Amino acid sequence: MKIETLVEDVGVKLLQLAVTKLPQDVKESLQQAYREEENGAGKTQLEAILKNIDLAEKTSTPMCQDTGVIIFYIKAGAQTQNLDKIEKALSKATIRATKEVPLRPNAVNPFTQKNSGDNTGRYVPFIHWEIVSGNTIEITVLPKGGGSENVCSLGMISPGTGVKGLKNFVIDTVMNAGAKPCPPNILGVAVGGGADIAMKLAKEALLRPLNESNPDPELAKLETELYDAANMTGIGPMGLGGKFTVLGVKVDYAHRHPASYPVAVAFQCWAARRASARIHADGTVEYLTHKVM
Amino acid sequence: MATYKLNTPISEEEIRNLQVNDVIYISGTMFTARDQAHRRALELYKEGKKPPLEMEGLAVFHCGPIVRKEQDKWMIVAAGPTTSTRMELFEDEFIKNFKVRVVVGKGGMGPKTTDAMKQYGAVYGAFTGGAAVLAAKAVKNVKSVEWFDLGMPEALWILEVEDFGPLTVAIDAHGNNLFKDVQEKVEENKQKIYQKLGV
Repeated sequence: MKIETLVEDVGVKLLQLAVTKLPQDVKESLQQAYREEENGAGKTQLEAILKNIDLAEKTSTPMCQDTGVIIFYIKAGAQTQNLDKIEKALSKATIRATKEVPLRPNAVNPFTQKNSGDNTGRYVPFIHWEIVSGNTIEITVLPKGGGSENVCSLGMISPGTGVKGLKNFVIDTVMNAGAKPCPPNILGVAVGGGADIAMKLAKEALLRPLNESNPDPELAKLETELYDAANMTGIGPMGLGGKFTVLGVKVDYAHRHPASYPVAVAFQCWAARRASARIHADGTVEYLTHKVM
Repeated sequence: MATYKLNTPISEEEIRNLQVNDVIYISGTMFTARDQAHRRALELYKEGKKPPLEMEGLAVFHCGPIVRKEQDKWMIVAAGPTTSTRMELFEDEFIKNFKVRVVVGKGGMGPKTTDAMKQYGAVYGAFTGGAAVLAAKAVKNVKSVEWFDLGMPEALWILEVEDFGPLTVAIDAHGNNLFKDVQEKVEENKQKIYQKLGV
């Protein structure tokens, strides 16, 4: 099979898996939140979320009407041929999935307000490239909902305040967001790099499984500290009160300019959808986040 | 915190009986209305005309559904709630003029709506954001669609529902507003959290 056909088929499958079925780590985390939530209103919301996830999975229907704006992350093996065909293939996959799954058309021209109708447009789907060694192609899709995107925040805080300033900015952002990002959320937090790099890393951090702690012990500690603080706010599931405002916090960083201390906070809603697959040189496909029969 | 099953038309007495944190399920008739449908209904009322539906005792749903037509029959594909605060502009007048008893949406509403609910007898039922499959499952039939010229999401979809919920009563007819309470608690917790983080 030609690489572009294979990538297109895998792209459609990944989109379908992502919007209808949550990865196991997210599902387990929501189940745990439901068991441990003590606030009645918050628990009712978590129960509805779990029922909704179950129904979506059984009926192969998107779990949320907002199937997001489509973002792909690719790790391309340096020895792979025909990498120039991949963008077109993933664009085709998006158009097909929009019809077949179906997905809600979510690509709007910001000047004419015209919806393209098929989830493609200028820089949409957006593709992040990383060249790695080897001969496989790993594709991850992140369909990103609008409600949680609208409260993402970037703070160019004073370097003098350092990590204290970072913590302050993150917790204020969570408190200001309140019910809006459909909590319980996953938070991606990144510091350094520059405005664009911080936000890119924050968003990419949302892809890390909830049951994997940060390999850097200092960052793992910070993640726990921010997780505890966010869950002390009392915002709770869907902002109706309770102890589960976030399911997890993932931190990343880049070195910074001496004069800058960019802090980015990316929010993911409870419908924390993502799906990954690896395409091997012989054409076999290995699905990494979902069981595929 | 109690659970109630309500059938439309819902009486003012049934509504006055509810408290914040109660859970309700609605069976009967529910209709969708977003910004444009609210505006149009109120304009008609001002002109002394009636909207195409008798709304007294019904539930209004802040929702722009995905609907598909199959052999002349409308089918709801997904019907999750939209953010209610946008309707804060209209909801007090809407409750006053049309006597809807339940407003269904996500994210809560403000003081104007809370006052109108207290005065005229209505509650706000918070439905889980994004739980589109759960909502669609409770819709048994699309009775009709009005004002389709406003576009699919903004049209008035009249739905027959069965046990639509769970809806958490987040604003009751006694002036209580759960979202406001949570916000106040978050504000109270702020200093404690700052202290814990050492900021």
